[in-house]
Amino acid sequence: MAILVNRDTRLITLGYTGKQGTFHSLQSRDYGTNFVGGVTPGKGGKIHEGHPVFNTVHKAVLKTAANVAMIFVPPVTAADAILECIDSNIPLIICITEGIPIQHMIKVKEVLRTSKSKLIGPNCPGVITPGECKVGIMPGHIHMPGRVGVISRSGTLTYEAVSQLTKREIGQSTCVGIGGDPIHGLNFIDVLQLFENDPQTDSVIMIGEIGGSSEIEAAKWIKNNMTKPVVSFIAGASAPSGKRMGHAGAIISGGDDTAEAKFKILSDSGVKVVRSPAMLGKEMEAILREIPSFKQKENI
Amino acid sequence: MNIHEYQAKNLLAQFNIPILSGEITETPTNAIDIAKKLGGDKWVIKSQVHAGGRGKAGGIKLAKTLDEVREHAQSIIGMKIVTAQTGAQGKLVRKVLIEKAVDISHEYYLGIVLNRSLGKITIIASSEGGMDIESVAHNTPEKIIQVTLSPSYEYSSFIGKKLSYGVGLKDEDQVKKFSAIIENLYKLYCAKDCSIAEINPLVLTKNNDFLALDAKLNFDDNALILHPDVATLLDPFEESSKELEANKSGLSYIELDGNIGCLVNGAGLAMATMDIIKLHNGSPANFLDVGGSATTEMVKKGCSIILSDSKVRAILINIFGGIMRCDVVAEGVVAALRELSPSIPVIVRLEGTNMSLGKKILNDSGLKIITANDLEDAAIKAVTAAK
Repeated sequence: MAILVNRDTRLITLGYTGKQGTFHSLQSRDYGTNFVGGVTPGKGGKIHEGHPVFNTVHKAVLKTAANVAMIFVPPVTAADAILECIDSNIPLIICITEGIPIQHMIKVKEVLRTSKSKLIGPNCPGVITPGECKVGIMPGHIHMPGRVGVISRSGTLTYEAVSQLTKREIGQSTCVGIGGDPIHGLNFIDVLQLFENDPQTDSVIMIGEIGGSSEIEAAKWIKNNMTKPVVSFIAGASAPSGKRMGHAGAIISGGDDTAEAKFKILSDSGVKVVRSPAMLGKEMEAILREIPSFKQKENI
Repeated sequence: MNIHEYQAKNLLAQFNIPILSGEITETPTNAIDIAKKLGGDKWVIKSQVHAGGRGKAGGIKLAKTLDEVREHAQSIIGMKIVTAQTGAQGKLVRKVLIEKAVDISHEYYLGIVLNRSLGKITIIASSEGGMDIESVAHNTPEKIIQVTLSPSYEYSSFIGKKLSYGVGLKDEDQVKKFSAIIENLYKLYCAKDCSIAEINPLVLTKNNDFLALDAKLNFDDNALILHPDVATLLDPFEESSKELEANKSGLSYIELDGNIGCLVNGAGLAMATMDIIKLHNGSPANFLDVGGSATTEMVKKGCSIILSDSKVRAILINIFGGIMRCDVVAEGVVAALRELSPSIPVIVRLEGTNMSLGKKILNDSGLKIITANDLEDAAIKAVTAAK
């Protein structure tokens, strides 16, 4: 089961017939995801790479009963694509597109608040439940089924953490990339809550970055609500203030958004903080050794 | 993207926000002509660089005679402004803005920012204008009045009233004028996809008028494609030439003070690579993200930008191949090193898709490449090599 995506996922891709959309839809399908079709306006009725194409999300949902949408459309039209998915009541929308204007996302966020849909991203690698379902651009083969949940604002740094776990034969329940933009869908707290309630997750790796206050809010939430152990790293301790480090969200502008401030509050909230990104796997292994049932569960 | 004060003021004027009449120049002689044309008996000479704290750094001066206009223009044009934001090397002043001085009765603050945690826009006003708003917020939080807008109703007139009365205005005419400026600044913020719009100070003159005395506009880089008029306001002299060159090739590059050049895929991993270099007592020379789907050409371009930085004593290439296959990266690295033949050590760490094929390409190349097994190993080898 794990969280967000699993064997019951029925995936459609918006922007399916584009190069990236096609490549990653087929990669997700080959990993075992139930990919049921794509949406590209003007190409409805066609079959592309063996899968049906629809003009609208509405029609795609009607014909395929899709329950997860993955978005690959260009940045200026991506907000519209998210709104179309919300309009069709798709429960989970995963937006990979990078570079969506912030004010477009403000409108999307407002509509999301009163909708039945959850959004992951934008500017994210997607979500994978190893061995069951992959929706996104992450390399499937570095993952391994297991019981550690992973949440991150970044893409390749998440792969780094996952690979450290897999090399130690520690599997993952679900890995969620929430994205590097200042305004996005699910935040750290939303995903931590899902992991806390998930019987197949024992512990969590949380990877944050400089900029914004979502790690600070997450730390407070963890202190009061989280019973499962959390290991965390914040990228950007060496970044100068006022310079945007690639991600639109990764810029130090106030005082509370530095890596130091985030390390401190996480540590004060009972999170096991690692200062080196190379220590994530090792630290998680040390923590799991103290959970008596861990080895047993890993072998299920 | 940042723009200059005079460019920001032109945009304010387009949105009916009152500004002082003024003109820009690059020469002291023109400065006198401008002052004559503006009339009056007092003028302000303002350096145009992207940095706060220009006044304290000697970049803004009041002239009471035309001779003083020339003197001040002469001393400011060509000077280096050094503030907390510019770093020690400072910023060269190429242009000054000449404005007619006004008699001020009070300085206010007005700003519009993105409220990240709420995913909304917040308008902030204060009676304590003319100073650093962060310290006002820290020392006297009661003097910060704010309204967070809901996208469902956008601007509504209570906002102007809440902020105007909140900063202590009592006169109805003043409340009306102040509110109009707030509404117009909000219109500008939305119409041009700003990320920050700030008027500090927004002054009340002895004639009972409000004027934007200084203004700062930042724009959302993601939205520049929608606003070609804004994109042309970019001043290439204000940006690092290496950063601009990198951006053109789809690379995200930021120059830093250290001596280990870094080439990484993904912003998070790029920051983490800089962090681990620091943890091992090394110092990164740059942030460079080649992106998730970099090509051989982009890897090559990245290497050549790093090598154009004379501080660099070693290069660390750290790639986690997902979509980007390690063999493609390895080919890019080999091609770049053959062409550029650097005299400094190159450390390469490859992981992920087609890792062994990538390593084989590096080993078979005959080039002097130090390969690393993991992130930590790579950092240690790079720090040692740079010594």
